[in-house]
Amino acid sequence: MRRDIVGSVIAIVVLTLGLGLVYPLVMTGVAQVTFHDRANGSQVKRDGRTVGSSLIGQDFRKPVLENGKPKLDEDGNPVLEADPGWFQSRPSQSGYSANATFFANLGPNQKDLADQTRANLDAYLALERPYTPTLAAAGVPVDAVTSSASGVDPHISAANARIQANRIAAVRKAPLDRVLALVRRNTDGRALGALGEPGVNVLGLNLAVDKEFPLR
Amino acid sequence: MTWQGWLQILIYVAVLTALTPVLGGYMARVYMGRRVVALERVLGPVERGFYRVVRTDPDREQDWKQYGRTVLVFSALFWLALYALLRLQGVLPFNPLRFDGAPWNVTFNTTSSFVTNTNWQYYGGETTMSHFSQMAGLAVQNFVSAAVGMAVLAAVIRGFARRETSKLGNFWVDLTRTLLYILLPLSVIGTLLLVSQGVVQTFTGSVSLTTLHGFEQVLALGPVASQIAIKQLGTNGGGFFNVNSSFPFENATTFSNFVEMLFILLIPAAATYQYGRMIGRLRQGWALYVAMLLMFAIGVGNAHYNEARATPALQAAGVHATAGHGSTGGNLQDKEQRFGIADTALWGTATTDASNGSVNGSHESFSGFGGMTPLVNMMTGEVIFGGVGSGLYGMLLLVLLTVFLAGLMVGRTPEYLGKKIQAREVKIVAIGTLYMPVVVLVAAALAIAVPAGKKSIYDSGPQGFSETLYAYTSQTNNNGSAFAGYTGFVQPNAPGNEGATGVPFADLVGGLVMLLGRFVPLLAALAVAGSLAAKRPAPAGPGTFRTDSPVFLVLLVGVVAIVAALSFLPGLALGPIVQGLTHQLF
Repeated sequence: MRRDIVGSVIAIVVLTLGLGLVYPLVMTGVAQVTFHDRANGSQVKRDGRTVGSSLIGQDFRKPVLENGKPKLDEDGNPVLEADPGWFQSRPSQSGYSANATFFANLGPNQKDLADQTRANLDAYLALERPYTPTLAAAGVPVDAVTSSASGVDPHISAANARIQANRIAAVRKAPLDRVLALVRRNTDGRALGALGEPGVNVLGLNLAVDKEFPLR
Repeated sequence: MTWQGWLQILIYVAVLTALTPVLGGYMARVYMGRRVVALERVLGPVERGFYRVVRTDPDREQDWKQYGRTVLVFSALFWLALYALLRLQGVLPFNPLRFDGAPWNVTFNTTSSFVTNTNWQYYGGETTMSHFSQMAGLAVQNFVSAAVGMAVLAAVIRGFARRETSKLGNFWVDLTRTLLYILLPLSVIGTLLLVSQGVVQTFTGSVSLTTLHGFEQVLALGPVASQIAIKQLGTNGGGFFNVNSSFPFENATTFSNFVEMLFILLIPAAATYQYGRMIGRLRQGWALYVAMLLMFAIGVGNAHYNEARATPALQAAGVHATAGHGSTGGNLQDKEQRFGIADTALWGTATTDASNGSVNGSHESFSGFGGMTPLVNMMTGEVIFGGVGSGLYGMLLLVLLTVFLAGLMVGRTPEYLGKKIQAREVKIVAIGTLYMPVVVLVAAALAIAVPAGKKSIYDSGPQGFSETLYAYTSQTNNNGSAFAGYTGFVQPNAPGNEGATGVPFADLVGGLVMLLGRFVPLLAALAVAGSLAAKRPAPAGPGTFRTDSPVFLVLLVGVVAIVAALSFLPGLALGPIVQGLTHQLF
């Protein structure tokens, strides 16, 4: 028993130092040298200023104005709506927070989930129908109206991007085929041609669109 | 469902099966003697130095009681050390965001969770834990709790393989060799693979920036990749971030996702081959692999099929969840676009087959029937591959139970590997398999019955019941995944943990069932191994019941299914089955 206790105490100290400090320190050193950009969050710069991470989704909505002032909800936060000049990310339960994340945690039969999803669907149709008149609820891709797991999903589906491309082309007065070409260029395919699902990187796409066809 | 989805599942199974004999054969060598693997030329001095500092003679073996006692003392002292470290977080280094320690009851739960290889998380990593707590506290336990399980498995296998001895091995030797020659090298490879995909690895706490559209955004960073590699390998599952491996900095690409999924089942699958090699009968190991794979296939098939459909809530909202034309379709609520339906269903199955518990999408948002895959997987007692070490020794108890039942049917003394299974072994097996449903059902019933238990429930209607059942099933089986609406920790809005409160009932009952769920089967398996080691095997005769035949596989899977079904069907009927059968909203 005594031997067990003494051995355990020493082992705890040695293992904590080795596995808890030496291992992560060495791995950090190696990672910083070999994959510097990726180890630090794949940050994206524009004009020398960091505007985000290519892996983290962003908010492309704008405040709703009421009598020239931002409209507030009952908690005092500004009410936001999609900004038509930009490709929109998937809905987020966390306000696109990248430092305090949580799931929506609504079960398959929850009324709250049905209500939220219907609101998302109505908003999507209201936004896109002026530019895609044939769009009906049946044609809305599921990623456009459901919140993601991380709250910062960097991707939307190709179907979603193609619908939004009609709006972007109209608002930014750009040829549709050029916008669709940018959509394709910012699509991350399946790894090794088979793994996962293809997705369009919204931040990358908006950066490319804004560079080629700036607003105003 | 898409053909690409099924193809990915097939690729996963093919790669896993191909790696099983490679890694399994290597693991068997690690445990079968010293100075046999190439890495020892480099790390041998470290290994021998460790034996010196913990004052053990590596050639002196322990019987099952001594082995078990060392495991218990070591785990208990590590529990105390981790508890102190987490509570003192506020004055310890590497705390760039200045987090205080969480309240005592939450820390009790967290400490029990990590020491038992569960990694149930009532806290949110990036809003609660300093880098020091994550690295020196939690990630160390990711290694050590996994290594304890694997060491005990090695001892248990020796009990099955040896004859007329009381000795099962030396705990310190098994622990050290597991860490140095299996977990550490694989973690280094895993870390580099993950960083190459964009999983972060830095000591910077966070980066604040203004987004392209003018919003403030804070990117939480940290030494993530090194922790995620071992979290996946050691069937731990506790994420650096609250949303676990759905967060891009923890699981960046479709390739990192495949690596992380593979790491979930890699060691538990390889253990079946390790077993076959160590007992000198490879077919016995493969038989267990096939039985496990069969149950895995049922689970993933069910999850993929049901998640590819719209849930009642999505249907009520008017969403059409058809796949194709560039849309994933299906129940994408609380799932990531890059993982889609198939990879989230596959992950959800693997992580609950193994007692891993990491997630790449929310299990709570799975459909009624789809959500039964994770729940039922855990209810089998985590033996479909199961936790590293613990999965196979749990399965071996069920093998003995199956042999016993088969013996009853034909009226012969049951035997396994030529050794007679007698009253003592069967009694221990009964305790080792039946304590689990009892603990789960009592804890879940208590949590539903008393007002203190209801504080943790988030969703209304049957989903609230499912959350509770899932919580205690997951914790008792040391899984750690959750229907994550269920809570034991109320996070403050302000940074730091000041003002945070726990939910004492959920924290304490949860912590307790995790400790029971870890150490009851561990000791039962060691006790059975101790008693089998003393026996003399008889040569197989014409009347010997073969334990590597298809008939035996059917019996074994049947026993696993019947034990789970008899215990849990009524509970399931109140939650997920109701939800799967109705379109009503709650």
